Amino acid sequence: MSLADAQGQMIDETAWSGGHGGVSDYFALLKPRVMSLVIFTALVGIVLAPGGIHPVLAATALLCIAIGAGASGALNMWYDADIDSVMSRTRNRPIPAGRVTGSEALAFGLTLSGFSVFVLGLLVNWFAAALLAFTIFFYVVIYTMWLKRSTPQNIVIGGAAGAFPPVVGWAAVTGSVSLESLVLFLIIFMWTPPHFWALALFKSGDYQAANVPMMPVVAGENSTRNQIFVYSLALAPVGVLPWLMGFAGFAYGAVSVALGVAFIIFAYRVWTTREGDAARRASIRLFSFSILYLFLLFAVLLGEHLVTAFVSGLA
Amino acid sequence: MMAEDGIRLTEEQKKRRRARNIAIGLAIGALVILFYLVTIVKLGPGVVNRPL
Repeated sequence: MSLADAQGQMIDETAWSGGHGGVSDYFALLKPRVMSLVIFTALVGIVLAPGGIHPVLAATALLCIAIGAGASGALNMWYDADIDSVMSRTRNRPIPAGRVTGSEALAFGLTLSGFSVFVLGLLVNWFAAALLAFTIFFYVVIYTMWLKRSTPQNIVIGGAAGAFPPVVGWAAVTGSVSLESLVLFLIIFMWTPPHFWALALFKSGDYQAANVPMMPVVAGENSTRNQIFVYSLALAPVGVLPWLMGFAGFAYGAVSVALGVAFIIFAYRVWTTREGDAARRASIRLFSFSILYLFLLFAVLLGEHLVTAFVSGLA
Repeated sequence: MMAEDGIRLTEEQKKRRRARNIAIGLAIGALVILFYLVTIVKLGPGVVNRPL
């Protein structure tokens, strides 16, 4: 078959832009850095859940959650290609750079979404699969298609999508949702706004150019600083909840208090430093620290649980 | 016979397509192994324990 345009004329076949994507481009569509945080938090959900699960099934659940998260990333990049091509941070992503077409990314994302949910349901349990499907739907439809372009609360509500993986991991083991898994959800949910608003503070020009209503663009930088500080004050005690509720030990309690105080100090610096290069540096520092904060909280939660299990196994 | 019709891929596109095909093949192979392992884990010796 030849390709013909609307006027019935032959299209230069070399003009077809598909088929250029290499394996690494498709891997980039999965947002591997976001995926690594998803894998890590989901793993914590799996390990902390009571009852235990066969390691093969745990690995299967983790794989499905990772692929589901990657599929959401691909669908996000498909829908947001117009925005991505404007922003310096995202200009080199496979679609705006022309290495993968939008429809190729869409097909890739939909296929992986279907596979990840189906395999999780078939091999682990359907409740976890339903949660994973909801997470993908929430990230792609509620956040990417709707909230991101319409409200400065986009990442506040959209943050729920990033907070679901430990809940899905927990559900893979127990087949249910519990208060403990909701606390893990709450930690990531409360962490997301100060994390992304710190990024938006030093990338607000990008978001403005792309017409994305991020908080600094809509409400101004000072209002964003106020909200970052308020969220940080709320996040710090939420981070300590696993210890207060008794499903984490003293080591976690001590680390989470110290990290929470440090988070508030970094946020306070962002709040009070409002001019020039120092303000920019403060927001970059908070952004960098926020990643470390979440990683350390979950790492200690995981490490402490594994050590406790090992010691009680010896006894 | 219209051998000239259709999209003609460049050598680079053919190379990338081959790499993608290999990746898809490996993914399908991994799925087969995964289903095999989970079958053994879930059913264990019971995998052959069924009425004939």
